[in-house]
Amino acid sequence: MNASTGNALQDALKKHQLNFMPLIQTMGMLPVLLILCILFQLVTGYAETADFSHAWQSGRFLSWQNLSIIAQQASINTVLGAGMTFVILTGGIDLSVGSILAASAMVAVSISLVPGASFLAFPAALAGGLVLGLCNGGLIAFLRLPPFIVTLGSMTAVRGLARLLGNDTTVFNPDLPFAFIGNGSIFNIPWLVVIAFATVVISWAVLRRTVLGLHIYAVGGSPDAARLSGIRVPLVLLFVYGVSGLLSGLGGAMSAARLYAANGLQLGQSYELDAIAAVILGGTSFVGGVGSIWGTLIGALIISVLTNGLVLTGVSDIWQFIIKGFVIIGAVALDRYRLRGSART
Amino acid sequence: MSEIELRSAGPILEMRNISKTFGKLRALRNVQFSVAEGEIHALMGENGAGKSTLMKILAGAIRPDAGSEISIGGTLVAMTGPMAAKALGIAVIYQELSLSPNLSVAENIYLGRELRGKGLAAGWLDRTAMIEGSAEVLRRLGASFTADAKVCDLTLAERQLVEIARAVHSNSKILIMDEPTTTLSERETERLFTIIRALRDEGLAIVYISHRMEEIYELSDRVTVLRDGTYVGTLETHAISPNAIVQMMVGRDISTFYKKNHDAHNLRGKPILSVKGMSDARRVKDCSLELHENEVLGIAGLVGAGRTELARLIYGADRSSAGSVAVDGVVKRIATPLDAIRAGILYLTEDRKELGLFLDMSICNNINVGVASRDARMGGLLNFRKSRERSAQAIKDLNIKVTSPKGLVGALSGGNQQKVLLSRLLELNPRVLILDEPTRGVDIGAKSEIYRLIDNLAQRGIGVIVISSELPELIGICDRVLVMREGRIAGELGGPTNAAINQNNIAAILTAASECDVPEHRHPQYSNLESRAS
Repeated sequence: MNASTGNALQDALKKHQLNFMPLIQTMGMLPVLLILCILFQLVTGYAETADFSHAWQSGRFLSWQNLSIIAQQASINTVLGAGMTFVILTGGIDLSVGSILAASAMVAVSISLVPGASFLAFPAALAGGLVLGLCNGGLIAFLRLPPFIVTLGSMTAVRGLARLLGNDTTVFNPDLPFAFIGNGSIFNIPWLVVIAFATVVISWAVLRRTVLGLHIYAVGGSPDAARLSGIRVPLVLLFVYGVSGLLSGLGGAMSAARLYAANGLQLGQSYELDAIAAVILGGTSFVGGVGSIWGTLIGALIISVLTNGLVLTGVSDIWQFIIKGFVIIGAVALDRYRLRGSART
Repeated sequence: MSEIELRSAGPILEMRNISKTFGKLRALRNVQFSVAEGEIHALMGENGAGKSTLMKILAGAIRPDAGSEISIGGTLVAMTGPMAAKALGIAVIYQELSLSPNLSVAENIYLGRELRGKGLAAGWLDRTAMIEGSAEVLRRLGASFTADAKVCDLTLAERQLVEIARAVHSNSKILIMDEPTTTLSERETERLFTIIRALRDEGLAIVYISHRMEEIYELSDRVTVLRDGTYVGTLETHAISPNAIVQMMVGRDISTFYKKNHDAHNLRGKPILSVKGMSDARRVKDCSLELHENEVLGIAGLVGAGRTELARLIYGADRSSAGSVAVDGVVKRIATPLDAIRAGILYLTEDRKELGLFLDMSICNNINVGVASRDARMGGLLNFRKSRERSAQAIKDLNIKVTSPKGLVGALSGGNQQKVLLSRLLELNPRVLILDEPTRGVDIGAKSEIYRLIDNLAQRGIGVIVISSELPELIGICDRVLVMREGRIAGELGGPTNAAINQNNIAAILTAASECDVPEHRHPQYSNLESRAS
């Protein structure tokens, strides 16, 4: 009697666990994000009043305005991180996203200056990014070159291309036709945030609701098994690098819209590292096959919250780098510890 | 006979009750093994029989389970690690050589035990002394190179000699050789054998692992056979026929096996699959076969005979250098697995964890991953209702024991994992099903369920090819058996015109020495045995 109820309970627990597993996996870093927010609210409040009892009320971090700034700061990284999630889910990496962002921004601003063709500026940014991403994908999928090396090369080459496009100068356009996406709002929500969120939702739909998404997870889980089960692995790889390039192009348009300008040298420097950090913070496995786009969103928000919070609390630029680095490593270590045995790294 | 008795003064090494479990898997179960001084003892068994696990335990690379006993020279020893094994005089010559190619022969021989200078040179390597010390060993082994040569300049055979020299030089009493001849030419093999015999005559105990039957007969005094991690027996090599060794390796308990229900002689339909001249320029040479509707065709062969390679060529998983595949009389261009799937050919891999299942995906997704694009709505959206129905049906039909179809496939037992993989293939409506070791790592219950499934599929008109290393399995379920040896189809059993499918007939083809690969002069004992056995 006792034993059987015990078994029933265990079974029920097991079922419970199984059903909630995906939720727990996506929740992964959410607690870390919330704790960081609470911490910054308290610290900024304490810095204001030097009094713990009033720290929460007088904190400057959790204001509507500041949260909106954080969301805007996170938006470009979220878009790049979404593309990076596709790539890392297949077990690859894309180091060229920052350079592609810069090149696309240069293309967009340059074309917007051409009389009569300025309406093409935004599509041109997307197309430019897509083409560069497909170049990466082609080399990786069909010539079977290692993704790290291909995108390391294109990171450098495309950076040069971006500088070449504007003769190594900054190009301005005060009448940028798509500037509203960088500075405007819709229903009081900044366009940047709307675009980032839409990117995440569409990426989620592709990954979780389409055959292609299933194939992406399969290729990441085991490329050999994927091939043997009739999946066209090269096309899947071409697709994910294409997506990463396309979203880098979108990121380029977003950057250009914010600045009314683009600069091939400075724009998007080391953005690839932030995008990778967001994906990893989001719990996506570096060897592929495991992970979710919602995790990436949370990862991007954590990075943005950290940057914003450290600025608000007056931590120097140098220490911001050191603290960010340790938080990334610590958060991932915590995650691995929590999932020990269940997931691969 | 008398010679052996004279030499065996009592075992220098004795291993008793050796067990080893990796997680849930029992790699070794109460295995025993002993070697005497001045003996060459062959260790045989199919891949996965536990030979390497046993030798790794002896070399201290892995620890056996509690209760295992190893004694050397009559005293019980604790094998705590590779260093302890070395100190006890155990040396392993590995398949992949473990030398540092950038160092000299002498430096390799003294690796880990380097000689240091004295006086002013204290702490510095004493190269001269090391070269002198090595030269003596090399002379004894008849080496044609000097101790100061760089290892990277030596041939593979010479490198092997350096390994042996290292073992001899460190006063090893027990030498383990794991497939030492795989990379050697015939002449080099001859020389190696001379050296091995000389070492035996000096009193070393030698454990010799090989798949090559001729070598076992040419070299070894006794042979121990393992199967599925258990001890099958130890016999004096010259008192047993190669046939009998093969039977010991692959199992003999036919009576406990499944007997097929369907009778292909009555049902056998028109040919579905016809493979002609399939070759891959490496392992598979000019293989042709024909498969009929309702037929279960077995492919037997020892490890390395090219069975899996042939299946992968038919399935388009590897590139063929010659040959054609026709389905229902129409030649198909099969360059990728997808082409094969479209032609109705499906392949169950022998390595379901690495090449079959997606361990991080749910059971439902694993079943549906192949058929997802056929079921898709609006050109690419997953059809969740259909996939739920399919997985529920498959779980019911194949009696897969799961808590939920959404659970991870990696959490299932071997048998249930295999059923999941099988149902993925069956969802794609195969005309031809190639099953590579369909019951490997599967428990007895699931085994007979898989046999029944194969039977049912054949009755429904599907042509099934079963590759298996278990002869009783092939004998139990197949209508016809092809036997592969060294990349070729060496014989055919069963069917209307051939000899009956039984253990003796298969083993005869498996071990038959063809003129080209086993020259008469090299294996006198072996050919004697052949005639004695028949």
